[in-house]
Order: sequence, then structure tokens, then C-alpha cells
Amino acid sequence: MFDARTKATLSSAPKTSRGNRKNKEAFAGWLMAAPAIILLLTFLIVPFIFAFGLSLTNQRLISPNPTEYVGLRNYKRLLNVRFFTLKPLVDAEGNPVLDEEGQISYPRLRNFTRNNPDYPQLNGLREFKSWQVGKNRLVLLASDAVFFRALLNTIIFVIVVAPLQAGFALLLALLVNQRLRGVNVFRMIYFMPVVISMVVVSMLWRFIYDGNDGLLNSLLSAVSFGAFQPVDWLGSPQTALGSIIAMSVWQGVGFHMVIWLSGLQTIPFVLYEAASIAGANGWQKLRYVTWPGLRNTAVLILIVITMQSFSLYTQVQVMTRGGPLDSTQAIVFQAVQRGFEKQDIAGGSAISVLLFLIVLFISIMQSYLTREKR
Amino acid sequence: MQAKNVRGRNYRLGIYARYATLILIGLIFIFPIVFMIVSSFKPDLQLLRDTSSLRAFLPVGDISVDNYIEAFERAPIGRFIFNSVFITAVSVGLGLFLNSLAGFSFAVLEWPGKTIVLAVIIATLIIPFETIAIPLLLIVNFLPWFGLEGFTQGWLDSYQVQIIPFIADALSVFLFTQFFRDLPKEIIEAARIDGASWWQIYQRVLVPISGPVFATAAILKFLAMYNQFLWPLMVAQSEEFRPVMVGLQYFFQLNVAWGEIMAYLTIITVPVLIFYLALQRAFIESIASSGVKG
Repeated sequence: MFDARTKATLSSAPKTSRGNRKNKEAFAGWLMAAPAIILLLTFLIVPFIFAFGLSLTNQRLISPNPTEYVGLRNYKRLLNVRFFTLKPLVDAEGNPVLDEEGQISYPRLRNFTRNNPDYPQLNGLREFKSWQVGKNRLVLLASDAVFFRALLNTIIFVIVVAPLQAGFALLLALLVNQRLRGVNVFRMIYFMPVVISMVVVSMLWRFIYDGNDGLLNSLLSAVSFGAFQPVDWLGSPQTALGSIIAMSVWQGVGFHMVIWLSGLQTIPFVLYEAASIAGANGWQKLRYVTWPGLRNTAVLILIVITMQSFSLYTQVQVMTRGGPLDSTQAIVFQAVQRGFEKQDIAGGSAISVLLFLIVLFISIMQSYLTREKR
Repeated sequence: MQAKNVRGRNYRLGIYARYATLILIGLIFIFPIVFMIVSSFKPDLQLLRDTSSLRAFLPVGDISVDNYIEAFERAPIGRFIFNSVFITAVSVGLGLFLNSLAGFSFAVLEWPGKTIVLAVIIATLIIPFETIAIPLLLIVNFLPWFGLEGFTQGWLDSYQVQIIPFIADALSVFLFTQFFRDLPKEIIEAARIDGASWWQIYQRVLVPISGPVFATAAILKFLAMYNQFLWPLMVAQSEEFRPVMVGLQYFFQLNVAWGEIMAYLTIITVPVLIFYLALQRAFIESIASSGVKG
């Protein structure tokens, strides 16, 4: 009896101590990861979930009234768009009325959008864009024309910046990947703007883009021997967004050059040697050795730039504040304007959620595209 | 013999052309920075006049440090710099510690739920900070704080509001986890057999051999924190807590003095540039490794 008990204790002893050890390890693991997890939970995941919740309310930063659930009202306000056809004004015989310059006259849009009982669906909408279709005028109305401008500008910004920046970055990477003495100095210089704050860069480029004696105007007029007429780059709606795009590419291109470079360096040198022996010229090597080796890097870079570009904010805040004529409005700028400057937390959150959904959609596309490539 | 000579000359021309391209492009990147530094030494009138010629990039004319003196008189620049350095240093320091500890736990230790938690953390990498800034503003506005003045509510206008939300970051945790996971298991097992605790293994075995990943995480966080703009703009209303980027607003009140602005931009940028030039290999490598995260 005594023997059996000792045996049992002996055989179970290593088991419990192993279990104990495992428990201890789990405890240590939790303890070590806990601070980072708690911080990420409080300041990243909770506000993220909060954004969805707040966007369904009328929350303000400081308000005497209790917060109420308002459903999708904030989103409807942002996204409500309608097409509307304006028919020309007609005289008694049914002919269109022409104004002094011979243009067709139309009834005023506000007759339909301001408390017109016959058109309740148009109440409060504003003109976003209009086109001439035959004798009629087709008007795109939006409940929040400024937000739509911001959405459109941001998408233009992304669509232009992504290929432009990726392309230039690849070009720079190929340039500094040459076997030349001192080539690292150039790599260092091209990368330099990346470490400079966008705030500083934006301030500097205001001098470059200045309408009178800006550096860019002076340069262009010198190159064209005075034929170039100065442009107020940031002051005119036609050039403002383009100017911000050019500057953003200048600031960010070094970042992606470095990523291209690390992609280039994964291509084994023997492939180039083999191509040389087979008699390939420089272009053929680029086309058939370098480019296929860079496919994954290319997808990665395009996605990274796209995600970064959607958060366009600092440039707009420092250089144009959305103007002139809303030509540089951007999604994040609008979110901050409403959520912070107008203290409309709910409205700002709704914009943030929309931005996140766009970014999520793109990263789903990314995983889809990369899977296909493999 | 002659053919060889021609090829040699072409080769030389090719080399020159390559250098010319490299230099020309280099000028595009370097000129705005030269313009900033040079202009900071010029009086306003000359500064604006010089932008119409190459003089914009040359330290000619009436050169002085007046702009710097006036900039320091106009704004509490010392205060701004202290704030930025303090906020950046504390978040980098605490961030390195807590994120590497978490990375160690994810990479080396076994505990239930680990895989899911790590997957969630990595998934948060696609959330742009801009999308949580507004709700975060609301949250910090309600959080309690126990400080020197006792118990207070709301973190707006403080150091902690600019530090604590940014200590832990998913990218750092991910980088540390990756790095620790790739280390040879034998090192850890040997230390276990010697009777070392997990804390001792982290502190005495892993940290000393993990210099590269600590450098990468430190540089990425340093750049992100020092250059932060949106968040301090929202939460640091009083000048007492303003970092350098938000302090720039000071120079647009009343009369705008461009020379002083240039001096200020130079003051807040040149230290970072020197830091970069001194450690450029490390800077470039950390960016490269952050990009490869996808």
C-alpha cells in the first residue's frame, strides 16, 4: 500500500512539474506581451471600433445635449447624390428662351433644391458638376459638395501619385544600383527629403511655387529666355493639386527607391551573367531579368504608396487649406475640419470610416493580386 | 587597335553621362534644402528678391544671423525643441522596451491565444492613423490622469497625450517578433537549461545580440514622432506643450517674416539631417525593412 502510493507520487511528479512549467511560461508570456497589447487596445483598436459607433450618432466634442443614435444619417449627408435634368425655360410658343448672348436660359437650380414641395428628394442638395446634354442641362447634385470634391481630389491624387512615384523611384533605384564609384553618395542625397518633415517641405515649396518670383517661375522663365508667363501655382484651381502632387512625389520618392533597391538586390547576379553570355543587351536584361524579378516588389510598392497617399493631409493644411475653390480638398483634411475644428466628432468619424473602407478594399485587392502572381 | 580606342572613348563618355544624370537629379533633391539654409541668413527683402535668380542658392549679399536672433525672440523655440525632444525620446525609449518585450513573448514563449492576438495586431497595420484620430480625440478627452496636481480628467494639453498613445505600435511589435523568431533556438534553450528565467533570457541573452532590429525600430519611431503634425495640432493648444512642427504657426501671427521662418525651419531640420548623414546606412536599411513588411 505504502509502496503503491510512493509509486503514484513519483510517476505523477514530473507530469505536474511539466504542467507547472507550461503554466509559468504562459503566465510570463502574457505578462510580457500585456503592456503593448493593452496600449494597442486602448489607443488603436478601441478608437477604431469607436469610429464606427460614433459615426452613427450626433456626438460632439463638448456638448450640453446627450448623444443620440441617428442611424446612417451622417453617411446619407455625405454620400447623397442625384442627377437632375434642367429643362430650358420656354416661352409661350414652346421655344427655348435665349439670353442676351444667345445662350439657352434655365430655371434657377435653387427653385428645386430649396423647400420645393414637388421635389422633396432634392431638398438641400447643391450643384457639384453639370454637363450640356442636347438642349437640357444635366446636373450632378450632392448633399455635401465639398466632401465629394475632397473624395474626388484624393482619388485623383492617389491615381496620379502611385504610378508616378513608383516609376520615378524605380528609375532612381536603377541609377544608384549601377557599379560606379561614389554612387552611394547619390543614394544618400535622393533619400534625404524622406527624413524631412512634410511640414517643413510644404513650407519650403511655398517659395518654389510662389506666383511672382517663386523659384519655379524664375527657373522656367530663365530656361525659356523670358517667354514663360509666371503662374501662381498654388493660387489657381487648375494647378494647385498638380503642384501638391509634384511636391509629394519629390518628398516620398526616395523612400520607395530604397524598397526597389532591396528588391533589385535579391536578383541573383548569375542571371545577369547568363544573359550576357547569351548576348543580351542592356535593355533586354532589364526587360527579361530585372523586371520579372521585381514583380512582387512592384505590387508591394504600389500598395504602400496607395495607402500612404490616401492619408493626404499635411500638404493641404500647410499649403492651401483646401483652396482655391476647393481644388485641393482632401478626405483627411475634411475629417479634421469637421471632427476637430467644427468639433463634429460624429461627422468626422463617418468620413474616417469611409476612408478606412476604401483602404481596406485596396488591401483586399492587394492580397488578391499577390496570390495570383505566385 | 583603333576600334578598341573608339570603344574606350564611348565607354568614358557613357560614364560621364551617367555621372551627369546622377548629379542633375541630385541637384533637384538638394537645392530646396540649400535654399532653406542659405535664406535663413538673409534679410527678408533680399531673400524675396533673390528667389528670381541663382543667388537664391548662394550665401551672398547681406549675410547675418539676425533671423535666428529674432526668431528666438519671437517664439519660445527652446521650449518647442525641448517638448519635441522629450516627447520623441520618451516614446522611443518606452516603445523599444515594451514592443521588444511583446515581440519576445510572441516569438519565443508559448501561451494560449497568442496566434490570434498576433494576427489581430498585424491586421491593424492597415488602419491609417488618420482614421482613428477623431475618436481618439474623444477618448483622451475623457481619460483620467493622476499627476502632480492630483486627480484630473481629460488629457488634452499635456505631454502624456502626445506620448502614451504612441508607445506601442504594431509595426515595431511585428519587426521584433520577426527578428526574434529568426534567432537560433539553441541560444534560448541553453540559457533555459542553465536555469535562467524568461526575463533574464530577454534581458541578458536576446537584447545584447539584437542591435539591428532595435536600431530599425528606433529610427522609424524617431522619424514618426519628431515629424508628427496632425495629432499635436489637435491636442496641444497651449504653447507649453507644443512640439516644433506645430510651433511653426507662431511665425504666421501678426507680420510674417520669411527670414525668421527659414531660420526656424533650419533649426528644426538640420539636426535631423546631421543625424541622418551620420547614420545613413542604418536609416536606409530601416526604411527598407519597414517596406518589406507586406
